[in-house]
Amino acid sequence: MNGSVSPARLGRWAPPAALAVIWLVMSLSNPRFLSAVNLTNLMLQIVAVGAVAVAVVLVLLIGEIDLSVGAVSGFGAAVTAVLSVKQDWPAVLAILAGLATGALVGLAHAAMVTRVGVPSFVVTLAGLLTWQGALLLVLGDTGTVNIDDPQLVAIAGTFLAPAAGWALAAAVTAGSVVAIVGSLRRERDRPARRVWPWVVAGAGAPVAVVVFNADRGVPLAVVVFLLLLAGGDLMVRRTKLGRHAMATGSNASGARRAGIAVDRIRLAVFMLASVLAVTGGILAASRLLAVNQSSGSTDLMLTAVAAAAIGGTSLFGGRGTVWSALLGALVVGSLANGLDLMGASSPIRLIATGLVLAVAVGLDTLAHRAEVTPFREHSRPGR
Amino acid sequence: MSVATHESGASAATTGPILELIGIGKHFGAVQALAGADFHVHAGEVVALVGDNGAGKSTLVKIMSGVYQADSGSMRVDGREVHVHSPSAAQSLGIATVFQDLALCDNLDVVANLFLGSELGTKAWMDEVVMEKESWRLLRELGAKIPTVRIPVASLSGGQRQTVAIARSLVGNPKVVMLDEPTAALGVAQTAEVLNLVERLREQRLGVVLISHNMADVQAVADRIVVLRLGRNEAEFRAVDVTTEQLVAAITGASDNVVAERNARREASGGPE
Ligand SMILES: Nc1ncnc2c1ncn2[C@@H]1O[C@H](COP(=O)(O)OP(=O)(O)O)[C@@H](O)[C@H]1O
Ligand SMILES: [Mg+2]
Repeated sequence: MNGSVSPARLGRWAPPAALAVIWLVMSLSNPRFLSAVNLTNLMLQIVAVGAVAVAVVLVLLIGEIDLSVGAVSGFGAAVTAVLSVKQDWPAVLAILAGLATGALVGLAHAAMVTRVGVPSFVVTLAGLLTWQGALLLVLGDTGTVNIDDPQLVAIAGTFLAPAAGWALAAAVTAGSVVAIVGSLRRERDRPARRVWPWVVAGAGAPVAVVVFNADRGVPLAVVVFLLLLAGGDLMVRRTKLGRHAMATGSNASGARRAGIAVDRIRLAVFMLASVLAVTGGILAASRLLAVNQSSGSTDLMLTAVAAAAIGGTSLFGGRGTVWSALLGALVVGSLANGLDLMGASSPIRLIATGLVLAVAVGLDTLAHRAEVTPFREHSRPGR
Repeated sequence: MSVATHESGASAATTGPILELIGIGKHFGAVQALAGADFHVHAGEVVALVGDNGAGKSTLVKIMSGVYQADSGSMRVDGREVHVHSPSAAQSLGIATVFQDLALCDNLDVVANLFLGSELGTKAWMDEVVMEKESWRLLRELGAKIPTVRIPVASLSGGQRQTVAIARSLVGNPKVVMLDEPTAALGVAQTAEVLNLVERLREQRLGVVLISHNMADVQAVADRIVVLRLGRNEAEFRAVDVTTEQLVAAITGASDNVVAERNARREASGGPE
C-alpha cells in the first residue's frame, strides 16, 4: 500500500521495465531496430504468438495450464486451410469451422479436467500429442497446404490506408480523453478508476500510427490482435464470468462455496482458450500463406506460455491481466527480433529468453509467497 | 453482555425456530461424523455449537450450508421442509455461512470478495460503482475498520479478513448466519471485535450459529449452548445457567473422566486459577 517494494509491486512493473531496457539496448546496438519497417515487422511477428498467449493467460487465471495451445492452433488452422483450399469453402465459413474445431477441442479438455478429474497439465499434454497428430492427418501426404483464398491471405496482408489509421488513432485517443475526464470529474462517492492505462492508450495510439504509416500502414492483423486483447480484458475485469474465473483461480473451493459453478467456468475458459489458440493459428497461416507440419509446433506453445508469464500473469492462478499477453509477447518478440538484427545466433536468443523467463517466474513466486502468510496457510485447501 | 440481551434472545424462543434440523446422520466412508443430531435456532438468538475436535460441528454446518448432503434426517426453514443440495440453494433460503477457512479469494479485492457469487449488475456485466458503494454501507453498518475496499484481502489482518467474511455473509440479507470457529486464529483485541459483530447480528434479529472452542467466547455472547459429542447431542444449556466445568464435562462426555477429575482435584486444593 505504501512506497515499499513488495514482490507483487515489483512483478507489476518489471515487464514494462524489461521491455524498455531491451528496446534501449537493441536500438543502441542497431539503429535499424527502431525503424518503422522493423517495428511493423516486429508487431506482425508477435501477433500470432500474442493471440495464443491470451489463451494461456485465461487458463492461467483459473489456476490451470494448457500445454496444447500450440498444437491446437496448428490443427484448427489446418482445418480452415484444408476446407478453403481442398473443399473450396468460402473464407468466412472455413474460419468458423476452424474456430468451432477449437471449441470442441476445449470442450474435450474441460470434460477430462472437470468430469474425470485429471490435472490439466496431463490432459493438455495428451492433447498436445493428439492434436499434433490430428494436424498431420488433416494436412495429408504432402504435409503442407498453401493458402490461396484472397480473403484468408488478406488477414495478415492488409495494411490500412493512412487516413484509416488516423481515424482509428483519433477514435482511441478521443475515447481515452472521455474516460480520463470522466474519472477526474467523478462524484465523491464513486470509485476511483485508474487513469494511467487510458493515458498510455490515448498517447500511444497516435505514436503507433505515425510509425505504421511511415511504413506500409496499420496492419489489419495488429488491429485484430488489439481487439482480442481489449475484448479479453473487458471480459476478465467487467463480466461476472471473468470475476468468477479469477475467483476459481484464486480459491476454487471458496468460489464453489460462494455458489459459483466452478466446473462451468473451467469449461468456458478451456473452450475460449482453444478458440483463441486457433485464432492465433489462422493469423500465423495467413502470414505464412500456408499451414505445414511445423505449424503449431511445441515452440509456439513454449513461447506463448513464456510470454504470458513474462508479461506478469501468475502461474499460481487468480492474478494477472490479459494485457500481459501483449507485454510478454513484445518482450519475447523484441529479444528475438533485436538479436536477429545483431546477427546473434539462435542459442543466444534461447538463453536470453530463458533468463528473462526465470526472473519473471522468480518474481511471481516471491509475490505468491508474500501472500500466503502463516496464520492462513490452512485457509488454502488443495494447495 | 447485559442480562437484557440474554432475555431478548430467550424470548425469541416463543415463536418457532427459523432453522431446524432433526435426526441428521452423515458418514464419510467408515467414519460416522453425525449420528442423529438435532439442532435449531431462532431469530435474534445466538446459539453456540461446541464439542471436541471431530465431534461433527463443521460437518453439521456444512450440511446446513449445502456443501454436504445429509444421509438421513430432515431440515426445516421457517417451519417448511427444505432440501439444500448446493451452497447457492442455502443462500437463497437465507442461510449464510462464514466458513472456518473463511473461503476468501486472497488475490481479489474486498469488493470482489463481498459480492462473490452474487455480483450486482446485469446478467453478464458487473456494476462496480454500485458494488463499491454497497460495500462501504455494509462495512459501516458492522462498524468494521477496513482502510480501503480496493486492496486484495491478502493484505488485510486476520481480524479484518474475518470481518470481510462476516460482512460477505450478510450480502444476500440472510435469516441465519453460521460462523465456524471465527476467533480461532485471532488475538485478544480482534476476538473482541468479532464478538461485537456477533452481537450486532443478533441486534439485527438474525439467527446466529457460533462454533467455538473457546468457552469464554461462547459464554460471553451465546444465549444457548448445544454440545455435540461423537456426532450426537450430548447436552444443551442456557448460557446464563452454565459453568465452564459443566460445559467441559459435557464436551468430554462424562463427569468421571480425566478432565473432570483434574478439575475436582484443583478445586479441592484452592480452585482453578
Ligand atoms: N470430508 C471428509 N471426509 C472424511 N471424513 C471427514 C470429512 N469431514 C469430516 N470428516 C470426519 O468427520 C468427523 C467430524 O468432523 P468435523 O465435522 O470436522 O468435526 P469438528 O468440526 O467438530 O471438529 C471427523 O472424524 C472427521 O475426520
Ligand atoms: Mg471444525
